[in-house]
This record gives sequence, C-alpha cells and structure tokens, in this order.
Amino acid sequence: MFALVDCNSCYASCEQIFRPDLRNKPVVVLSNNDGCVIARSKEAKALGVPDLQAYFKIRPLLERHKVSVFSGNFRLYGDISRRVMDSLRHFSPNIEIYSIDEMFLDLAGMDLPLQQYGLTIKRAIWQQIRMPVSVGLAPSKTLAKLANYGAKNIPSCEGVCLLDSPRKWQWLLRQVPTTRIWGIGSRLGQKLARMGIHSAGELADSNPEMIRRRFNVCVERTVAELNGISCLALEEVPPDKKQIYCTRSFGRKPTTMEPLLKAVSLYASNAAEKLRRQQHLVRTIQVFIHTSPHQSGYYSNSTVVQLPFETDDSRLIAAHARQAVRAIYRPGHAYLKAGVGLIELVSRRHHQADIFQNHQSVHTDTLMQTLDAINRRYGRGAAFLASAGRGQGWPMRQQYCSPAYTTRWHDLPVIRT
Amino acid sequence: MKTPLLIPTTTDRCIPLFGSTVRAGFPSPADDFVERPLDIHDYLVKHPAATFFARAEGDSMTGFGIFSGDLLVVDRALQPQHGDVVIAAIDGELTCKVLDLNERLLRAGNLRYPPIELHDNAELIIEGVVVHSVRHHRCLR
Repeated sequence: MFALVDCNSCYASCEQIFRPDLRNKPVVVLSNNDGCVIARSKEAKALGVPDLQAYFKIRPLLERHKVSVFSGNFRLYGDISRRVMDSLRHFSPNIEIYSIDEMFLDLAGMDLPLQQYGLTIKRAIWQQIRMPVSVGLAPSKTLAKLANYGAKNIPSCEGVCLLDSPRKWQWLLRQVPTTRIWGIGSRLGQKLARMGIHSAGELADSNPEMIRRRFNVCVERTVAELNGISCLALEEVPPDKKQIYCTRSFGRKPTTMEPLLKAVSLYASNAAEKLRRQQHLVRTIQVFIHTSPHQSGYYSNSTVVQLPFETDDSRLIAAHARQAVRAIYRPGHAYLKAGVGLIELVSRRHHQADIFQNHQSVHTDTLMQTLDAINRRYGRGAAFLASAGRGQGWPMRQQYCSPAYTTRWHDLPVIRT
Repeated sequence: MKTPLLIPTTTDRCIPLFGSTVRAGFPSPADDFVERPLDIHDYLVKHPAATFFARAEGDSMTGFGIFSGDLLVVDRALQPQHGDVVIAAIDGELTCKVLDLNERLLRAGNLRYPPIELHDNAELIIEGVVVHSVRHHRCLR
C-alpha cells in the first residue's frame, strides 16, 4: 500500500500559516518577477481566478474581490515543505519526496485501518504545521495519485481517499480521462484517444501486450499499476539532477547587452552553487536569450559552450556564459528571458583528472567552498560575483513578498501579547 | 527604550570527532570520553518540524515573565493544557495568553488587560503552546 500526501494549494497555504486572518480567504501567489499566478487558495479558485494567468491581466479581478496577492517566497515554502516531510517520516519509515508539495509513503505491511491512518496523517500535518493536505491511499503509486485526486475532488472524502478494492478504483477510473493519470501526457492522451481509449477505465481494461507494442513498457506498466499491481517502487534517494538550468524572465526587458551579461553571470553562479551542492562538475554549458514570442520581431538564439575542463567554479562558468551572450546578442531587441543550462555533468566521485590537461586547482575548490559557506551563514547573495552586479532593477521583481518567517531571525512572526 | 533582541550570528553546530589529531605522540586521555557539546537547540526544541519561533511584542504577559522583544518557542505538536502559555488566533490576529480551561478564558499576565472569553470551539483558535521564552539581558547595539 502507498499513500500520496499532497499539500493543498501549497504556496498559498504557506502564506496563510502565520496569517490566520487570511485563512479561508482568497489568496494567490505569483511566479518569479510577479509574472503570473502559480498558486490559488480554494477560495481564489472559487472566485474563478484562472491558473497560470498573467498577473497584469487579472489584476482588476483580484482587486475587485480583495484577493491577497503574494510574490513567491520560496525560502518559506522550502522550509515548510521540509517540515511536512519530517513530520511524515513518523508515519512511515520509507518516504519518497516526489516534489516540493507531494510525498509518497510506503505503508507495506502495516496492518492498520488505512482510512483512519490517512485521517490521522491529515490531522497531524494540520496541527503541527498548519498545512492542509490531501491523502490518497492505494496499492500502487499510480492509483495513489488518482486516489489523491479523488480526495481533493470528492467532497464526501473529506481529504482522504482509500482505493483498497478493484470496485472502488474502477469506479473512479471510469470518471476521469486518461490524461488525469500519472505519466499520461496530452500527446499520449491524443494517441490513446485515436485508438478509442478515452477514460482511464478504458486504459486500465486495455490489453497490456498491445499497449507495449503500440507504445512502450512504461505505458504497459501504467496499465498494470491501474489494475492495482504495483510496478513502481519508492525512490527514497532523489536522483541527482542530470542537468541544471537557471533561467528567468526579466522584470523590465533590457534592450542593451549589459543587463543580459549581468543576468547570465548571476544565473551561472546560481547554477554552479547547485552543481556544487550535488558534488558534480560540468563540462558543457548552454546559454540562451530570447524576446517575447508574443511581440513582432521575435528573436531567439542559444549556444553550447565546451568548458576548458570539468569545473564547478562559478567564475569560470560565468565568464564563458558571458562570452556566449556576446556571441548571440543582437541589438535592437527587448529581451524577455535569458538562461544558463549546465548540460553535461560528471560526478566528482567518478571524475578522473587527465594529467595531460588542465584541471581545476585546489585553490579554486577552497574558494568555492568558502563562497558557499559565507552564503550559507549570512544568507544568499552575501558574497557574489562582481560581474553579476548589484541589483539595478533587473533582478526579481517581488513587490508582495512575505517575510521568511521560519528561516531569518529578523523575519520572525510578531505576536502581540 | 531599545528592545533587546536576541539574534544569533551563526547557526552552525559543531560535532567533535577527536580531541587530538591523529599524528604520532601521546593521545589525549580524554579522547575516549568525547561527547557532543550541549546544544541549546536540543534543550528548547523537542519537535523540530512542529516548532516555530516568534517575537513577543507588548506588555500583557509581563506577569508571566514574557516581555516585549522576547523570543517565543512555540510547539504545535503539543495538546494545549490548562495553565499553558499559548498562542491564539483571535479575530485573525495572533496573541499570546495563558489558557484557563476551567473558566474557559484566555488570561493576560497584567491586570490592565481583561481576560478573553473562549467560545464553543476553543481548540480551533489555539495555534500552539509556548514551551519556552528566551530573554536577552544585555542590550545589543
């Protein structure tokens, strides 16, 4: 048996934890640069606030309904997510962190009234963290995902949905389209539809042999999972990222090269920091810039750069990223987005230095460790590459950011006695 | 008056491996007895996932030893009991008071503040139990 615990409207709920005045009220959270809506509380959804809509477009609607608007405060969301995970470890020795707001629990061999257990989990996470969660329980991970959808959307479930018999999951499978199923994207959904398979129930009933021949073993596995046969095990150790991308839209679109250079310096050093955290080195990077595809004269370009040797040096990666921008920059455009991708990574453990080639010096290793230590201690951005510049309007626009209540001493919630 | 604030400058915690280096020579007789140094975090925080820190502001709890600027250690995993110092959400605002379950009141620690009556579902408004408060006795510049 698996449980999937999913935080309801995670980011919006995080904003309500230390603001009881906002509970049961419409709240939305905006993406980086306050670009578009990325989370909506239940009440905001009920008002018809659309998901992923540009903020400026729906601003009148939000103001009319007095919706509370927050800029994404990922320091807070990350810490709350960590707390939810830590709490969940009390309910199962094996958990998989699937995303910032979803965790799988392995309940194998637990002889328990599962509906009750799901309710206990839900209540505990609310009491301890003030995070509302939905719990889906089923014999496979794919069905647990579906059960979670049921927990959220079937009012009588009250946030906990147990699919422990074929009768129950078959009923729910018949209600939903194939694209509701974990791993079935819209493309695959269209292909299935052309074969006359529309509902998830029809997919579950289809011949696995035929599915493997027409698609692949992954879809065949999904069919088995939909029939209550567990094929996907828990991934307790998250795999290292095979590529690291750092990309962002500009708050104010730059029309000259200088802001682009600063931006890629910053993105390169952020990506390098992530690279060091997972103990990898990079050999090849990709750099891209583009203008808004919704405006005339769309320009987009990218380039791939081989670094002289495997490295995790922010300075070296940033220098090559800047060089790349100089090569692909064309004047006369207002750029919307720039990004740096570290695309060919090698683990430090498996890395073998070539004695005939240059390699990263020990001094650089020490310098990078020091840089990371300073930023860990004094907060992100305490020490940074001068080439990334100090914010001159181009870093993130975050007009409505809440305090980092749980990660900064200066931002603790204030309680009137 | 400037409110004294307790703000640690570092969150690093150290774990000793050995008291002496591994080089030749006489090993420290204390090596076999090395323990982790006392960590105030362990003392103050019993349920890390459910514990939040907050800053008190105001003078209604001075009778219970909580002054403006004190750091409050709030544990949400505990069931609130009679006599606990609690954080409550009243009309959407967070406040710190003492829970009186017998009289169904939230009491202040200062006569100038009248008690607040608790209505039907009192447990709904209790946000957590204040298990410790931390005072700084030397003003920081």
